[in-house]
Amino acid sequence: MSDLQTIDVSLGPQHPSTHGVFRMNVTLDGETITRLQPVFGYLHRNHEKIAEGNSWLAAMPYTDRLDYICPLTNNWAYALAVEKLAGIEVAERAEFLRVITAELTRLQNHVAFLGFILGDMGAWGTALMYAFREREKILDLFESLTGARMMCNYMRFGGCRCDLPPGWLDATRKLVDGFPAFLDEMEALLNGNEILLARLQGVAPLSAARAINGGLSGPVLRASGVDYDIRKADGYGIYSRFKFRVPRGVVGDCFDRFMLRVLEARESVEILKQAIAGIPDGPVVNPKAKQRGLRPPAGEAYGRIEGPKGELGFYLISDGGDKPFRFRIRPPSLINLTLLEELCLGTKLADVMVILGSIDIVLGEVDR
Amino acid sequence: MNFPGSGIIKGLAVTARNMAGSYIEKDRLTTEQYPEERPTLPENSRSFPFLVFDGEDPESGMRCTSCKICEKECPPQCIYIVQDRDAAGKALKRPKVFDIDIAVCMSCQICVEVCPFESIRMDQVYELSSYDRFGALVLDKPKLLKSNAYYHGIHPTEAAETDARLEADRKKKEAAAAAKAAKVAAEKVVKAAQPEAQP
Amino acid sequence: MTGTLEAIRAAMPSAGVELVNNPSPCGQHSLRVERKDALAVAEFLRDRLGYDFCSNVSGVDWPTRKVKETNTKKEVVDGVEKEVKTTTERDVPGFLEVVYHLYSISENSGPLTLRVRTGDREADVSVPSLTPVWKSADFQEREAFDLFGIRFDGHPDLRRILMWDEFADFPMRKDYVPPDDFEYEPTPHDEILAKVKARTEAA
Repeated sequence: MSDLQTIDVSLGPQHPSTHGVFRMNVTLDGETITRLQPVFGYLHRNHEKIAEGNSWLAAMPYTDRLDYICPLTNNWAYALAVEKLAGIEVAERAEFLRVITAELTRLQNHVAFLGFILGDMGAWGTALMYAFREREKILDLFESLTGARMMCNYMRFGGCRCDLPPGWLDATRKLVDGFPAFLDEMEALLNGNEILLARLQGVAPLSAARAINGGLSGPVLRASGVDYDIRKADGYGIYSRFKFRVPRGVVGDCFDRFMLRVLEARESVEILKQAIAGIPDGPVVNPKAKQRGLRPPAGEAYGRIEGPKGELGFYLISDGGDKPFRFRIRPPSLINLTLLEELCLGTKLADVMVILGSIDIVLGEVDR
Repeated sequence: MNFPGSGIIKGLAVTARNMAGSYIEKDRLTTEQYPEERPTLPENSRSFPFLVFDGEDPESGMRCTSCKICEKECPPQCIYIVQDRDAAGKALKRPKVFDIDIAVCMSCQICVEVCPFESIRMDQVYELSSYDRFGALVLDKPKLLKSNAYYHGIHPTEAAETDARLEADRKKKEAAAAAKAAKVAAEKVVKAAQPEAQP
Repeated sequence: MTGTLEAIRAAMPSAGVELVNNPSPCGQHSLRVERKDALAVAEFLRDRLGYDFCSNVSGVDWPTRKVKETNTKKEVVDGVEKEVKTTTERDVPGFLEVVYHLYSISENSGPLTLRVRTGDREADVSVPSLTPVWKSADFQEREAFDLFGIRFDGHPDLRRILMWDEFADFPMRKDYVPPDDFEYEPTPHDEILAKVKARTEAA
């Protein structure tokens, strides 16, 4: 591939802007990308194989480690798939707890994204620190509810593991009420900034048709103008009861992908307010649901949720035994990278990091 | 106000507000000076498992009965149990060896959930670094056993619930035993009162 | 699901498509497509039925399994009619399977589960790639190739994706035996070490 004109550069795997151990083999003509080949697998531990050798319950803590920024949505996706497979009903209160924790997860993921993408553009520090200061408050809530900041292992088949500690709901309400002010501040810091606009606007636009065909999902898909949110499309859990809007982009460039996260965070705040107001009393787990020694009937199920990064699905096959026969994860981070080369071709080297940052990946999920 | 550079000035105003605010608002300066200042952990916080014993003596007060459910259910298989046997080779309801390799443990709490004897619980210690790569992180029975009072110290609500449950179980058992004894005694009385049936 | 099946049969009478029943309570039944027709059926699904979003591509390994069959025959033994039970063991040959989960964003429907099987697990392991139809299958088919050893004919760039290129086995297969030492990798050092050892032994 290389001739006198072009130069091959290996970006990563140890590069602060690759969000982990991710490598891109890039061919450059001057500063323009002519070819880009992503290299995966540095964090591969074959989660699917591990899960197939363990009981159904024991796969739950491993899902925390997929997208380690958002453990609770991972838990939910797996619990949802098993509930479909075994036909387990979910306790009413647990449905609310799931929505609250999942939307908090979405908030902290999008907030962390704002910090990371600024880091990718070279503004390393200020924005990231502000974002992490806010994210830390949500992680503190997670810790006092589930016992761990990031490896929560909270959801169970048919509900959640434990009920709220006293005062938790009030603390959450306080955080949710104060959150729009933080988002306003973040927008004041970033949105008008001429440098940020120059780095994001018009970079790597993506058409809706290509985004759908490339299997993109989540904010990246909606930034291209596709009105598709699994919370609306499937209405899983109790999302059909809440009123919220689905933001959409127009041209699908990096700025649309960036702004979409801010808008989605605002909608999450709305969902959180409704969920906190409507949470009923009751058990947090379906007492009929078996956790240890679960043996779902033979069959298969595909369960998916709208994770903060996109469609997170679990495809499970049971042969009636106490272990999954097949345990497949549909990782949004990996599949959102399908079009990375297409997005990067013709752009400058410095834009690659911004484009990668705007897709928002976590390598724990890409490599599994 | 929309001249070139106005966006940057607006952003600088935010950083200035944050810098000034960090002197007066706790919300804007959240740094903890770690080794000197220590965080107060929430009650639910968990790190690694330990074994609870009742009373003063770890060996006799041990709740663990070596049922090995936790060993079987542990996702990364970091628990190793050998059941104790007496001189005649009869299995005893207590472990001879109980090791947890916390270098492998992923703090998932599944062992706690499956334990039917309320014996294994999550600790809150976090300063466990060591120069010994293999030995120091394998906790054996003496290192794992901690008193019920310690458990009350770190998870007061959960420990009180556990104690109440154990107490209720004990009372139920005692009541059942008393009822059984009463029944046996009553039967004896009835037998004694009835005259022998004539053939 | 039956509607989709009828639509495919009406448009492509020669296509080998059949309904696979799923006994699970979720009732996600699937369509099994013959390998030769997979690409045409996929294009029909995308262009005519609106299944524009290929969400998930998953390899599945169905190893060879033994099935015990018990036959009861009436036989006359020593003049008395008796029921004689004979048990025979039969191998059901294994195969690899690729499962596609399709959704329609334009019509908001799905999932449609599409299954394509290979001939066996060793020699005849190729299926047509659906990457030309849905680009999203690209990395996922590479993953199925990497971990299951399913060959996708017509895939633009079929290489290992998660394991390293020199890796020889397919780790997600049911009969895969993991190595004792996961971190062992033959390195150039081994050759040198062997040479050193040979030299010291000679001396």
